[in-house]
Amino acid sequence: MSIKEGNGSVPDNAMIELVHVKKSFGPVSVLKDISLRVPRGGVLALIGPSGSGKSTLLRCLNLLTIPESGAIRVGESTMDFTNGHKLPRDKELAAFRARTGMVFQNFNLFPHMSALQNVMEGPVTVLKIPPEMARDTALGLLDKVGLRDKADVAPDKLSGGQKQRVAIARALAMRPQVMLFDEATSALDPELVGEVLAVVRQLAADGMTMVLVTHEMAFAREVADTVVFMRDGIVVEEGPARQVIDTPRQPATRSFLSHFHSSGLPAAAANG
Amino acid sequence: MHYEWSFGFLLQYSRLIAVGTAYTISFTVATAVTGFAVGCVVAIASLSNVRFISAPLVMLVEVFRCTPVLVQLVWIYYALPVLIGIELSPAVAAFIALSFYAGAFYSEIIRGGIASIDPGQWDAGRALGMRRFELMKRIVMPQALKRMIPPLVNQAVLQLKNTSLLSVLAVPDLLYQGQLITSATYRPLETYTMIAVIYFIILFPMTRVARMLETRLAR
Repeated sequence: MSIKEGNGSVPDNAMIELVHVKKSFGPVSVLKDISLRVPRGGVLALIGPSGSGKSTLLRCLNLLTIPESGAIRVGESTMDFTNGHKLPRDKELAAFRARTGMVFQNFNLFPHMSALQNVMEGPVTVLKIPPEMARDTALGLLDKVGLRDKADVAPDKLSGGQKQRVAIARALAMRPQVMLFDEATSALDPELVGEVLAVVRQLAADGMTMVLVTHEMAFAREVADTVVFMRDGIVVEEGPARQVIDTPRQPATRSFLSHFHSSGLPAAAANG
Repeated sequence: MHYEWSFGFLLQYSRLIAVGTAYTISFTVATAVTGFAVGCVVAIASLSNVRFISAPLVMLVEVFRCTPVLVQLVWIYYALPVLIGIELSPAVAAFIALSFYAGAFYSEIIRGGIASIDPGQWDAGRALGMRRFELMKRIVMPQALKRMIPPLVNQAVLQLKNTSLLSVLAVPDLLYQGQLITSATYRPLETYTMIAVIYFIILFPMTRVARMLETRLAR
């Protein structure tokens, strides 16, 4: 394991690069040799049935799950897990994770802090930014997600959509190079999905590099540049979003997507 | 059966009783604080995956949890000095026994409190780039402590009652003073009634506070 920084060895403009990443839990092989690239400013959507490994893959991107082998690069930092490399230490993991923002299905806001304190926590504790400065930035971010008036409210007084928007602001407060969304709208009531997707759409427009694990096919089609369909730990199909979703080449992809078309596109409302 | 109750004679022993009460309370506070520290260390060690640290500590805890505290007191006072070759005063032996006894139970409360925090909280802290210690201090402990307080207070109530065992080592706690008064006056009924009332007066408010915290913190 090693971290290389600023050595100018980045071969192209890829912001995220995974090379031969493998992971198993006990006897179950969850990721079987995955290689992917996301260009700077690109949006990649990971789709697939549950148990396909897409969430594990996303968690590997910020090392919440440590791959068994392979290498992961985000920006200029590379973590190499190929044989012979030591496992990274807590300090190195923390530094790597601080550069990626992650949004979870269940929000995972800190319940003992207000919305504002949630957003300030990373900058103050990890980046050691003076609280007054962090506060201004945090208020700006809450404004960006439309929740400035909720700054002093506790998470349990917020709706699901509001919680998720605070969680996005919290991740953005670290000024991450990439944003990862792990089924960010799956725990939300249907009428609250749109407000969260609107924030994600805005981030895409701002040029943020993002990886989304999502079941919102219409949204993936609209916002993502690339769609990757996974099943059983392998990438079955990868291509431009519209092409993969509208005219999938693989029978497995077609079969998976047919569930969504027949059930009337869960994300249709959010697209209006 | 007829018995003349008369509590008046106890007044002349008020100093003795005050000293006993002070011993009981200060032993409770001291062993609870030390016990909490022991409990924290054991809990964090047993949650870590470092077996050669956690295994002996967990074993020690089980020894203290699965033997009577009276036996521990006597063993530490009489047997431990033989093993390590250091003379222990009754107060020190009692302090060690009660601290570890409390620590054994506290460690389970603390471990349970930490383990009850949603793994998503750890994920969220890690995703922000927090190191293990920061995560513990800023995210996990503030939430876990809230859940630990009621059982910790309950354990402190038991701890205070356990200090009555100090009397077997002739540490002048409340019960020991009672025994002294009894042997001087031959009036055990009044003496032990008063001792019981003093314990109750100290502990009843504590159990009320524990109950109140339980309902308040549950929200």
